[in-house]
Amino acid sequence: MSRAIVQIAGPFAALFLLIAAFFAYEPLRKPFGGEPPPMEELTVERTVLDESGIALQVRAGGTGSVSIAQIQVDGAYWRFAQDPPGALPRLSVAWISIPYPWVEGETHKILFVTRTGITFEHEIEVAWPTPRVDTQSFGRLTLAGLFLGVLPIALGMLFYPALKSGGSIAFQFALALTLGLLAFLLVDTLSNALEIAEKAAPGLKSGLLVWIVAALSSLLLWGLAHWRGEGFTSLGLAASIAFAIGVHNLGEGLAVGSAFATGAAALGGFLLLGFTVHNVTEGIGIVAPLLKRKPSLLVLAGLVCLAGLPAVLGLWLGAFAFTNHWAALALALGAGAILQVTIEIGLLLRQQIGPKSQSRDYPVILGGLIVGVAIMYLTGLLVEI
Amino acid sequence: MQNWLRSATSRRGLLRLGGLSFVAGALGAARAQGVVKDPQGSASTYPTPIQVHADHGGMITVGQVDSSRNGFEPSKVLSDWDQGVASPWAGGRTLREFVITAEDKEIEIAPGIMFPAWTYSGRVPGPTLRVTEGDRVRIIFSNAGSHIHTMHFHGIHSARMDGVPGAGEVRPGENFVYEFDAFPFGCHLYHCHSAPLKRHIHKGLYGAFIVDPDPARHPEQSELAATRLLGTPQNAHWQEFVMVMNSFDTNFDEENEVYAVNTVAHAYTHRPIPIERERPARIYLVNVTEFDPINSFHLHANFFDYYDTGTSLSPTLKTVDTVMLCQAQRGIIEFTYNDHEPGLYMFHAHQSEFAELGWMGFFDVRDAVA
Repeated sequence: MSRAIVQIAGPFAALFLLIAAFFAYEPLRKPFGGEPPPMEELTVERTVLDESGIALQVRAGGTGSVSIAQIQVDGAYWRFAQDPPGALPRLSVAWISIPYPWVEGETHKILFVTRTGITFEHEIEVAWPTPRVDTQSFGRLTLAGLFLGVLPIALGMLFYPALKSGGSIAFQFALALTLGLLAFLLVDTLSNALEIAEKAAPGLKSGLLVWIVAALSSLLLWGLAHWRGEGFTSLGLAASIAFAIGVHNLGEGLAVGSAFATGAAALGGFLLLGFTVHNVTEGIGIVAPLLKRKPSLLVLAGLVCLAGLPAVLGLWLGAFAFTNHWAALALALGAGAILQVTIEIGLLLRQQIGPKSQSRDYPVILGGLIVGVAIMYLTGLLVEI
Repeated sequence: MQNWLRSATSRRGLLRLGGLSFVAGALGAARAQGVVKDPQGSASTYPTPIQVHADHGGMITVGQVDSSRNGFEPSKVLSDWDQGVASPWAGGRTLREFVITAEDKEIEIAPGIMFPAWTYSGRVPGPTLRVTEGDRVRIIFSNAGSHIHTMHFHGIHSARMDGVPGAGEVRPGENFVYEFDAFPFGCHLYHCHSAPLKRHIHKGLYGAFIVDPDPARHPEQSELAATRLLGTPQNAHWQEFVMVMNSFDTNFDEENEVYAVNTVAHAYTHRPIPIERERPARIYLVNVTEFDPINSFHLHANFFDYYDTGTSLSPTLKTVDTVMLCQAQRGIIEFTYNDHEPGLYMFHAHQSEFAELGWMGFFDVRDAVA
């Protein structure tokens, strides 16, 4: 036992000694001629606009600490307060408040000038009052979340009787359609996650984290599902799809909520209905594995909530506490979950076809796939504007 | 979906019309509010009467520049004339000897913003050299900096004394003696002329070179000339200031982040320049702004006479309140606040951009102190 401890602690001790010796003697200092100026990085993570001006949450990055010396707003030096004050250590955050008379609906540019004279620009594309945290805002966001997540999935499930009466062809078609839907969501979610990660503080390496979280969550869910070696029941599979879509909807809600809060878009009726149409297919996907069963209304309602309610949570968080790295992580988690259920559905579909496939199987499956992707793409145009 | 978020912004006007829009309001949570402190944490300490003006609706740099670390004080740079060491020269003239050293130095150009400057004798702008028309001028220039430098004077001199690559360019650790007669009288400048020129100038290698007229050489306007000649009783009645309009590109993208007169942004906003209103005022104005082709000077609530390049004793522009100067253009501004009530009178570049990035200040016009 003690031998094992020595064997494990030994390499760590050696590494520690190496680091200590390196800092004590700095063998590379002379040949490379002293220290270059530190690399600085500054990212704005949150923006709050209200009657007292502009408030920004910034995160420092780079090789050393960052000292914000002055701030220009629209090309003019402006008074500001920093909390906490002083130099910002690597990866730490601070709030900057600037008593600037911003103009509703217009663009403002903020330029941070650091101690070394390096500048970092942040653009507020459309200045718009940040929503207050009150019951009215919560109510509206909740309603929007229901339109975005819950309503379309419930509507999609209304296709259940029609699909059920269609027999095994309808079952295959629905599974293939679900596969197409999930493939679309996988690509969409992953690319959104990476796009948002680009805007997060570079020091956090969010882009890399997206891949790691997506892969690990996918493996973890796979492990959980096959823990006992049997795989999914059809209800389990439906719940898995609902969960995956739920995490995806959480990410979608985050992005949309943040867009509303920062004035990038208004909660217009047309937009919300666009999302409702776009997400109807998700309801079909969730009930597809259940076509050979008779699920109770309660079970269906549970699935709707599992898949749809996270959109409400996403909208709340997006509007009031949005930061890019958390949104990227939520979307990555969604991508991982979607990947896992995509594989499950693929396996189920292969099982359906069986060892001796019939010539009519392929048109149905290919048709389902194509229709699934096409519906998602075309209804996606509604919210693309 | 992200594409939608982006493109939605261009249609914001339309989208706003629809549906549920949010109420304007404050998000109080986790917000820094209240007392304005400078980012280093110390509270701002401006003289109380100035507070309202200096605050300028919040449009101001935050904090204070450490002038003792810089080694030069903006309020002193205004009138610390360097007349060199005087000794007799042939024909009853005066020899004036100056010792100037080029050195690399980090200076604070606005509160908290450090700039890796190249300087003449450790300051930006370099020493204000002031001689009299006809003086023999000798500049012993040594280069303690890390790059090759020169001193190029705007004046009349021989090719050998021009201070350009090939004539009087000084490598690090070496030196050179420039020598010439001070002509013509006027408000001039000197700067480094090594290549790349833009960088050598905007890094801080420039200064004012003032040649006072010799009254004996201008018998018809000797009284006017005497008011310009440092050391005469006529000149002592005037309040004289040198203002070198400069700018700094702190991130080296060929655009200036900071504009000022005499280097420190908002220096004369935080500490207005006192003027006794009974006595006339004269400004030696020099434009060494880089990257922007022109700069300007605007005086509030008053008009002035302007002597372009300062090479005449009668004004080239009478009764104006704004002048425009191209790069290296300079001139003399004369005005009085004698008929005004005491108070703070602003001056600044009338390019609003420059003013808002540091190039503005106040004259604190007062009754003479008993």
